[in-house]
Amino acid sequence: MEYFLQLVLAGLTKGSIYALIALGYTMVYGVFKLINFAHGEIYMIGAFTALIVGGALQITTDLAPSMIFLISLVAAIFFSAAHGATMERIAYRPLRQAPRLTALISAIGMSLILQNYVRLAQTSDFLPFHSMIPDIPWLTPGVSPITTTQLTIVVTTVVVMISLTLFIKFTKMGKAMRAAAQDRIMAQLVGIDMNRVATYTFVIGSVTAAIGGVLIANHMGQINFYIGFLAGIKAFVAAVLGGIGSIPGAVLGSFVLGMAESFGAGYISSAYEDAFAFIILIIVLIFKPSGLLGRNEVEKV
Amino acid sequence: MSDTILDIRNFSMIFGGLHAVNCVNIHIDKCEIVALIGPNGAGKTTLFNCITGLYTPTEGDITVYNSNKKTVRINGLNPNKITELGLARTFQNIRLFNSMTALENVMIGCHTRLKAGILGAILRDGKTRAEEQGVIDTSMGILKKLKLERYANETASNLPYGPQRLLEIARAMATEPQLLLLDEPAAGMNLAETKRLDYIISKIRDEEQITILLIEHDMNLVMSIAERIYVLDYGELIAEGTPAEIKANPAVIKAYLGE
Amino acid sequence: MKASFFKTLRTTLLNALWMMLITFPIMVIKVKPRESLVSWRWMNLLWVGIGTFSLSWIWRYLLSRRDKGSKLNAGRGREVLGLLWGKKKIRAVLLAALTLLVIWFPWIVNLYQVGIITSGLMFVILGLGLNIVIGYGGLLHLGYAAFYAMGAYNYALMYLYWGMQFWLALPLGAVSGALFGILIGFPVLRLRGDYLAIVTLAFGEIMRLLLLNLSDFTKGAEGIAQIPRAAFIRALSLQEATNYLFYICAVLVAFSIFIIRRLENSRIGRALEAMREDEIAAQSMGINLTRNKLITFALGAFWAGLAGVILAAKTTYINPGSFTLLESVMILVAVVLGGMGSIPGVILGALLVTLIPEYFRALSDYRMLMFGVVLVIMPIFRPRGIIPKLRKHYTVKEVDCSS
Repeated sequence: MEYFLQLVLAGLTKGSIYALIALGYTMVYGVFKLINFAHGEIYMIGAFTALIVGGALQITTDLAPSMIFLISLVAAIFFSAAHGATMERIAYRPLRQAPRLTALISAIGMSLILQNYVRLAQTSDFLPFHSMIPDIPWLTPGVSPITTTQLTIVVTTVVVMISLTLFIKFTKMGKAMRAAAQDRIMAQLVGIDMNRVATYTFVIGSVTAAIGGVLIANHMGQINFYIGFLAGIKAFVAAVLGGIGSIPGAVLGSFVLGMAESFGAGYISSAYEDAFAFIILIIVLIFKPSGLLGRNEVEKV
Repeated sequence: MSDTILDIRNFSMIFGGLHAVNCVNIHIDKCEIVALIGPNGAGKTTLFNCITGLYTPTEGDITVYNSNKKTVRINGLNPNKITELGLARTFQNIRLFNSMTALENVMIGCHTRLKAGILGAILRDGKTRAEEQGVIDTSMGILKKLKLERYANETASNLPYGPQRLLEIARAMATEPQLLLLDEPAAGMNLAETKRLDYIISKIRDEEQITILLIEHDMNLVMSIAERIYVLDYGELIAEGTPAEIKANPAVIKAYLGE
Repeated sequence: MKASFFKTLRTTLLNALWMMLITFPIMVIKVKPRESLVSWRWMNLLWVGIGTFSLSWIWRYLLSRRDKGSKLNAGRGREVLGLLWGKKKIRAVLLAALTLLVIWFPWIVNLYQVGIITSGLMFVILGLGLNIVIGYGGLLHLGYAAFYAMGAYNYALMYLYWGMQFWLALPLGAVSGALFGILIGFPVLRLRGDYLAIVTLAFGEIMRLLLLNLSDFTKGAEGIAQIPRAAFIRALSLQEATNYLFYICAVLVAFSIFIIRRLENSRIGRALEAMREDEIAAQSMGINLTRNKLITFALGAFWAGLAGVILAAKTTYINPGSFTLLESVMILVAVVLGGMGSIPGVILGALLVTLIPEYFRALSDYRMLMFGVVLVIMPIFRPRGIIPKLRKHYTVKEVDCSS
């Protein structure tokens, strides 16, 4: 029973992280019908920025850990968002009219660029990441089933999801995004600036990914330049599983995937932990390409 | 019953509760020119898509009578199978193979009537070579018939609008159909081009013995070439008859002009 | 004119400042958590500034040229080349010269060089194979390395368990690659372009994970060593074997070009192209999508299987690490760089991708970064590659159309 509970918690944690990344995928896909292959790299950059800023502050100053955590989180969010928006400007904006596969190729290229930029400027080794989230006193490690980091991750994810949903529903930009997702040309005709929508979409996606990056780095304790690839692919799987383009779908898909991985690794085989995501992806795309909450699209002739 | 080549019985198409086409009966005889008209959204293109296999009809039977009198029910068959059976179509919003030349577009149309496989392509034996030369000649011949030969080596997307529409017809003719389905062939054409289209369609029927079913909004064209007309409105068949009968039909006038 | 210059200058400067800002933590600060050390690399900031400034300038110029639509002269060089190639005599002379060069090559350079060029040629075969899938069929395949692995492991395992010889393994590897291609092709038939890319990626990764984890059968991460080189009547010395493999590769490249060119200009080739252009229209013109997609996968995988066997025979050691996503992406780079659908383009692309990192060792650390840059830049500025595909021009013959 205790083992079972552990697996549930691990799945929940994983699912939360996937959800934070999957949002970026699903929003970009919803509006631009582009699989932003480099999205995982934004998450990696978030984690790295937090490590660098946090590490530098820890070594050079004597601020309180919670203060350092906050500063590095803000830095991670800012720099990830900046990278996301810049990436859109360079690699995707000139290709907005091009066939979708062309943009996908460009996205793969962007992913390689960001990975190797971090590898060359920093290191290809794994770096230890000292958790900066201060322990909540009443969650004694080993006694309570959930750790502080896990709790933080789940709570943060829920908060981010709720605020994002509110943003999409009620703000002007949120409405513009929904309009653009429905019909891009029509949206432009009624005066929606697609370039602004693009920037916002990439910034928001990058912000949530950065939060995910910082949290997972605190949880896992080490990072390297390649963590974005697998996390990105899995988050994409989650987005597809839930129905790409749908925000609640991305969240649902992420939790399902997190649980499936956790239980698959716990009860079947941990060697194939990464394969579960791929197998789920293949099954979903073949049998229900619209995902759990997505709408069926009939191609117009 | 005379020489029926396409028979549609009790045909309905439902998209998630919406009756796009509802219980329609249509039959087409050999060597007729039949027009399918109706206001936008009446279900005309949906009907075409079902006949050519892009959608599977919800209910009803679509039957094709082959040249050798074999009957085939084509509901749910793959589009390529239906093309093999002798039905070919054009598209409302032109769907040419844009980066290929006009001639290559027509050559694609010949695909079903050829046999060469991978081995033939690699060995390039006498039979394959003869077949290839045949394809080029046939395709060129079709282009000439539609006066498109000067565009033969031009990339399809570089063609003017009118010739693009004609090229769609040429490509469809290359499949050697007995029934040609034209989806708004005159859309976007100017008066002179429409006149020529009128002439070309009649010529195709007269010289090649190809039956024609067309969707069209240009009433001058429809009234001038169609021998029989079906009128669809909100997915229902509201009238059928000769151009003169249709012009005088009160239900049709109501559908087009409102109350 | 002047005003626009200052405007450009201002934007470019702002771009440079922006890039300096956003790359600041990653480029400048370096933390060594274990030693509690922080180093500040201010020079990097300067480089980023200067680099962005100049690149942004070039970028803006190229982009404005692209948007003005100066693609008119994009294919001119290619057309001249095509015209020369079209002349029978010139072609014969060129081919003869090339053949002589290939035969002589191992005698005028050292062993190391022969090895490098052999890798280059192997990559040409891979590129030509992937080109069938992407360039002709229009299916973006990101798991191509799985087919490659299929060929390599086929030879390695069959040698390991049954003592299989290279010459028997070569066709078997290619055929098993093709069969595997069909097997993977079936489930992905109905998928749209971008989903297909991701699913093939997933298949590729699953393949790698299987090779890694079925260690009783595949020897897992430690890989399979001492796979024999190709033998010619007797076992060959290293020098002989290397030269021999080089010749085999050269012949296979010629063979691939010959076959693929014929396929390209045939009924099958046309059908694949139509499918790439517009699936719905292609179907309505009587093209069987299922069949042609499977053909595409099978043909593409065939060459990958072939190249896999050669890889195993060349390196005599393989492990799952040789067949990662990066390998698939590298082949993709070759195709995109050279020109999708263009045989000379892909050959050039494959050679560039393999040989540049070999000959400019200093750059080898930046290899993947360069590949990324290629994948971003090519679609924007030269979507049809360095040597774009030339459309076949049919001579119009008088046809009697009264019949």
